[in-house]
Amino acid sequence: MDLLHRFVAGDLEAFEQLFRDHQRHVYAWIMRIVRNTATAEDLTVETFWRIYRSRTQFRPEGNFSAWAYRIATNVALDHLRRAHRETELPDNLLAPATPDPAASREARERIRSAFANLPPKYRLVATLALIEDAPYQEIAAAAGVSVALVKVRVFRATRLLRKQLRALSAEIGAQL
Amino acid sequence: MNPIDQSGASGKNRQEHDQELAELKHLLRQSMPPLSADQLEPSTDLWPQLRARIDSQLSADRANSQSISKTHWAGMRVPWFDWALAALATAALLFFPGIIPALLYHF
Repeated sequence: MDLLHRFVAGDLEAFEQLFRDHQRHVYAWIMRIVRNTATAEDLTVETFWRIYRSRTQFRPEGNFSAWAYRIATNVALDHLRRAHRETELPDNLLAPATPDPAASREARERIRSAFANLPPKYRLVATLALIEDAPYQEIAAAAGVSVALVKVRVFRATRLLRKQLRALSAEIGAQL
Repeated sequence: MNPIDQSGASGKNRQEHDQELAELKHLLRQSMPPLSADQLEPSTDLWPQLRARIDSQLSADRANSQSISKTHWAGMRVPWFDWALAALATAALLFFPGIIPALLYHF
């Protein structure tokens, strides 16, 4: 019996093998969304726990990786919903690799605050598309929506951010 | 289809949108730079955490099912009326065995 059949049958060794094969990718995907190490680790465990619990719903002929990404995205989105308006991004992740004098600390704070105020489903696509530069197809597959819907959400996220940051953009644009 | 196209906006609008998107990306990336490869690696092996969670859930499920099973049998009370009915039915079958074929026919 192959690995996926054994996993569906409840074999813990097969599940551990799948976990070890996929944990880095799943963790990296969640980390790109939540941008916090401890949270990403907790959500990775939660993702694989959900995968284990719903193993009987998985068809062994299917794509385990795509299924895992879908569950990971849902877990991360649930987290963003819970933590909406409360999530604090750690400073070490916010500091630019090469300091730009145009972006003051205050400006970064305002951008960060505007970003944290985005509705979770927009924040998810905006993080992946605008910051991490993930391809729309990849985001769509992981979120279980169409590419067109991802584009619409990016567009709306952009519009919402633009509204909040209009004054700031003008200020920074004037400085540049 | 691009949302800009859906709204029927002109090419000029699309250009403006693309420019704004690029500016916004630049601003966002200044504040929240893309994560490096090092940051995308878990700091510890997460399997022990997951295994502990699976084990604790499995033992909780087992304890729960045992407790349900015990409660089920221990808490089972047959009312006296049911015992009386069962006794009457048995007596009827013993004293009037002729009704057995009739009962079988109806079942």
